[in-house]
Amino acid sequence: MALSQKTKEVLFGPLNINNPVVVQVLGICSALAVTVQLKPALVMGIAVTIIVAMANVIVSLIRNTIPMRIRIIIQLVVVAALVTLVSEVLKAFAYDVAMQLSVYIGLIITNCILMGRLEAFAMTNKVWDSFLDGLGNGFGYAIILVIVAFFRELLGAGTLLGFRVIPESWYVANGGFYENCGMMMMPAMALILVACIIWAHRGYNKELK
Amino acid sequence: MNMAQKKFVCSVCGYVHNGDKAPEVCPICKQSGVFVEEKKNGLDTNSNVYTIIYATIIVVIVAVLLALVSQVLSPRQEANRLLDQQKQILVALNQNYDNTDPAALYRSLVNDTIDVNGAPVFVANIEGNTKYVLKLHGAGLWGGIGGYLALDADKNTIYGINFNHESETPGLGAEIVTDKFRSQFPGKHIRNAAGEVVSVAVLKAGKVADGQEQVDALSGATITSDGVSTMIATNLAEYAEFLNNIDNINNASDSEPTTCAAPTSVSEANLITEE
Repeated sequence: MALSQKTKEVLFGPLNINNPVVVQVLGICSALAVTVQLKPALVMGIAVTIIVAMANVIVSLIRNTIPMRIRIIIQLVVVAALVTLVSEVLKAFAYDVAMQLSVYIGLIITNCILMGRLEAFAMTNKVWDSFLDGLGNGFGYAIILVIVAFFRELLGAGTLLGFRVIPESWYVANGGFYENCGMMMMPAMALILVACIIWAHRGYNKELK
Repeated sequence: MNMAQKKFVCSVCGYVHNGDKAPEVCPICKQSGVFVEEKKNGLDTNSNVYTIIYATIIVVIVAVLLALVSQVLSPRQEANRLLDQQKQILVALNQNYDNTDPAALYRSLVNDTIDVNGAPVFVANIEGNTKYVLKLHGAGLWGGIGGYLALDADKNTIYGINFNHESETPGLGAEIVTDKFRSQFPGKHIRNAAGEVVSVAVLKAGKVADGQEQVDALSGATITSDGVSTMIATNLAEYAEFLNNIDNINNASDSEPTTCAAPTSVSEANLITEE
């Protein structure tokens, strides 16, 4: 399947040059909250991708009928309804996942990436493009979350996805030389890591300067 | 809608022209052939009436949809909640349900529920020994925490415990659900030497509890650990009527300490003599 130039731009732009977190600087608050470990970061990334793609499609479908003065409220209603719907369905068919997601589901509504994409893209673009834009931005968000969570879990707890990476015998408590970096567990470290990523990203992409 | 005129918008600069037909050249940006007619569906989407009707319809649609979904799915959700509770009780009873049907295992072990002022006590029978499972609920750092506490028939020795939480910090407070934290509890006693219910304290390593037994708190999760400590104490107080009713402790076959229990302490010896 050949993708047109615009499709490519819409789908892959957010992964790098137009990344929602490091370039548009959206969704930072949830990036702090869910990146202590890799697993919740992955789950949150996937959940946001699905919701932002679905919300983009719905808002794009009704974009010509939405009264301009209450468009933000309508977008919010669409997002909130979707999130509630997804959480209800998960509780009925995938209870374990629902329990793990419980906090993050609520956080999705407040994620500014959703409102940002709905307002900036879905309101003025066709359905298919909006869907791709949602997917692209969701993935772009997920990538940054996973990178941050990778470093925070590895350095803060010595594990990845719950599996021990740094051997127990290395630790000072067991007569070794290594100690976890407690700072990595603090929310502020996520901010510092995101800043480091932005730094590296801008340094690499000259056109962003 | 109330105007006979049509609306034309310049696609380059956004200038709006009202009239029967589009001007040749845009007066602002001086480009020709750039005007597009607005209002495809003939509705003025900015009028007050339209806005109010639109908002009403959207809200009604969303409300009906959500109510419908909630109604249709609620039996399944309820079943899932019940199954989850059964699984948690099984974990508190140190049962492994990986290779069996948890619901069937639960039915084979738990045979009675006592109501203590609205709080449930699940009575289980493990290899001939009676265990009481108490429900715990309390507050952690970000949200609710809960769990199930299984006691031996002496209503003193902890047989097992299980925790759950809504939103504790992953890697810190959320560690209360891990086996590493849970496994500290079995064998501890909730009564002091005098037989009074004093709960088990969750304390930082190095601190020593006064007059009660203790387990180590999670490092970096002080408030969640304190929450667990408080939760166990307050819930045991709520169950006081049940716990202090030593008479209804089951028959002699239960007085044997279970394999899981710690070395017999003074308090347990006291209780057994009381029996």
